[in-house]
Amino acid sequence: MENKLKIRKFKDKAFFIAVCAFSALAAVPLVAIIVKVVMKGYKQLNMDFFTETSPTTFEAMIAKASGSLIPGGVLNGLTGTLIMVGIAAVISIPFGIMCGVYLSEKPKAAFSGLIRFLSELIQGIPSIIVGMIVYSWIVLPLGSYSALAGGVSLAIMMLPLVIRSTEETLKMLPSSLKEAGLALGCSYKSVILKILLPSAAGGLFTGVLLAISRVMGETAPLMLTALGSTLVNWDVTAPTSALPLLIWEFYNDPNLVDMIWSSSLLLLVIVLLLNLAAKAIVNKRRTA
Amino acid sequence: MDAETQNNIILKFDDVSISYTPGVNAVKNVTADIRKNSITAIMGPSGCGKSTLLRAVNRMHELYPHITTTGKILINGIDILKTDPIKVRRMAGMVFQRPNPFPTMSIYQNVIAGYSLNGINLPKQEKDAIVEECLRNVGLWDEVKDSLNKKGTFLSGGQQQRLCIARALALKPDVLLMDEPTSALDPIATNRIEDLLVGLKDQLTIVIVTHNMSQAARISDYSMFMYLGDLVEFDSTQKMFTNPNDKRTEEYLNGRFG
Amino acid sequence: MRDRIFKSLLFLSSLLILFISGGIFYSLFSGSVQAFDEFGIIGFITSGEWNPNPGNEQYGALPFIAGTIATSFVALILCIPFSLPVALFNGEYFRGKKIAGVLGTVVDLLAGIPSVVYGLWGFYVLRPIVSSLGLSEQGLGIFTASAVMAIMIIPYAASLSTEFISMVSNELKEGAYSLGATRMEVIKSVIFPACGSGIFASYVLALGRALGETMAVTMLIGNTDNIPTSLFDTGNTMASIIANQFGEASGLKLSSLIAIGLLLFIITALINLLGKMIIKKFTK
Repeated sequence: MENKLKIRKFKDKAFFIAVCAFSALAAVPLVAIIVKVVMKGYKQLNMDFFTETSPTTFEAMIAKASGSLIPGGVLNGLTGTLIMVGIAAVISIPFGIMCGVYLSEKPKAAFSGLIRFLSELIQGIPSIIVGMIVYSWIVLPLGSYSALAGGVSLAIMMLPLVIRSTEETLKMLPSSLKEAGLALGCSYKSVILKILLPSAAGGLFTGVLLAISRVMGETAPLMLTALGSTLVNWDVTAPTSALPLLIWEFYNDPNLVDMIWSSSLLLLVIVLLLNLAAKAIVNKRRTA
Repeated sequence: MDAETQNNIILKFDDVSISYTPGVNAVKNVTADIRKNSITAIMGPSGCGKSTLLRAVNRMHELYPHITTTGKILINGIDILKTDPIKVRRMAGMVFQRPNPFPTMSIYQNVIAGYSLNGINLPKQEKDAIVEECLRNVGLWDEVKDSLNKKGTFLSGGQQQRLCIARALALKPDVLLMDEPTSALDPIATNRIEDLLVGLKDQLTIVIVTHNMSQAARISDYSMFMYLGDLVEFDSTQKMFTNPNDKRTEEYLNGRFG
Repeated sequence: MRDRIFKSLLFLSSLLILFISGGIFYSLFSGSVQAFDEFGIIGFITSGEWNPNPGNEQYGALPFIAGTIATSFVALILCIPFSLPVALFNGEYFRGKKIAGVLGTVVDLLAGIPSVVYGLWGFYVLRPIVSSLGLSEQGLGIFTASAVMAIMIIPYAASLSTEFISMVSNELKEGAYSLGATRMEVIKSVIFPACGSGIFASYVLALGRALGETMAVTMLIGNTDNIPTSLFDTGNTMASIIANQFGEASGLKLSSLIAIGLLLFIITALINLLGKMIIKKFTK
């Protein structure tokens, strides 16, 4: 009996230690990836990196032969990401919030159930398939890869995220809030626009930040829609680059391979900061 | 106290204090002796520390690291605060406020859970005997003997609570701690459990927390009255209900607060 | 009056979802017709031939279906020994503590890292290790892709399981402790049985994530059109063949790639649906 208890307690302790050890191991990849990207990427980060467009293979070859840093930067990727995420935001934020309001106003209706179901379905679609679809919707009719097509594919991925976070945030507001507004004789529209949405602003903002950080690193759909470009391009109907697309291009070009780490570092910093900002807002609201 | 009564003491609280936040005691310096084969009721208004005191005996506070217990609690002379909680919990069984049969286990498995959870493999025959004996003890055998393999959660609330008592009895504890065991039950189910407890008295010692004064009057031999963490009065139930020493006890029993 | 306009505006915006999903179904189905006409649906799914040479073009999805299933399941298995401890750490042992919040944030950030960065890391860090161990010549293949994918899905599996584990009621756990069980015994005999279907659903949803993962897999799986025969063999997944060959495809090949997209869409949708149904049933 005494012996058996000792064995059980030993097992209990061993199990606990194993849980802690494997949990710690799960955190290792994040650190390993960040360390690797920072160590190999920081050297390339200079002023040019943000103000110059990406170099050609030839320029890179010459620089490498003379032993200097590869010239150029990722300006075309930064502007492209800005345009496409901008297009995605302009489409998905208003429509997503309106749709989220609709769902939270009619939570039990069969039609709402269908919309919710389809929204979850779209959220689960592999991003490469979204790229394929938008290719046939926009690239083929326009006859060219474009920032517009890239933006739309990102918008399709953002939309369900915005809808969901809007609905969840609104669901958490007390119903007395709406009743109070209606009791004062406000119209339905002003109750929603002036009372509900402002009260939910923090939650909506968090949802949008997370959605943006999620699509900002997307590469696969952009390969099939925006294609990429070596120039800074403001024409939304022309092929356009993006930060993750540049990483993919650098990876595929042996002469440019040195650029992958610095561009990854930049992308990682932006995406992780967006994530942390969203998390900080959530935590602040929770403790406030 | 003479030697004979001393021998009759199974559970002893010696200057026990319990706090949830440092500096604030939910139970303050409680000292009391519980006699063997008796039913002792702990009464008092909500928040008086009665459940807190009871749970300390089963070392339940161990699960929540911010709770500290000081003083001594002795079962059969063993200081349980210095003993392995796993051993303590087998000396003192516990029945909770709301019936909590394990939802994924059958009735049979629930009764025997104390053994299977502890990794003790008994021969089938022995297990069958324990299950039958314990279910008979709680008067559940005739009701469930044909559905031992059904989930315990299919039973009514009162039956579930009796199953939980059977589960605690299976480990043959010296003391059975009950934390308002009938507060979630209807009067008929409550009645059955009260009868059952009186019948169990010659097998073990029962300490029951209740805010139902008439329940305490019906079944208990001794009563404790606690108020704001203090043990105000501890005496035979008869004495306390007819002629309480303390004014607060009298006011509580007369329904002035609580 | 203006309220009515506003209300119809809300309604119209929800129609957008209907149009997008309708459009996706339509485009996938109509795009696949040519391939299914040519090879038959069953024929397309069961054929292992992928031959783009003009004249004797022949396309079958089997190698990619096999590659997808192999990488996703290996990734799922590899992720369990890490995601389950994280869920226990955050949902049981250190529930509500600061350290759980830190680990939770770290694991959540794993979900924030772009797929292409995972691909790079896998290619430049993990691949040389696999190769130097002599497991495969180039270090590319099913295993390398799965290992990186396992890291990518840890956050999805862990955060949902954490929630389900922390939902198990204290009453139930106290019941088991009061019988003298150790913490491990409580976890094994009470917590896991009580929330097992929820944990299972978390892994089903993580699988749904893995099935559609594209960039990292494309960079690590070796991109060959054969049915993989071992853990260290190269191959292609349904997502990676589309990423690799869609750009230059037309005609029958394009239709075949869209048909693969349709199949992938159906598989992921079914898996996600299954996961959500289990959760709905569990939380009711």
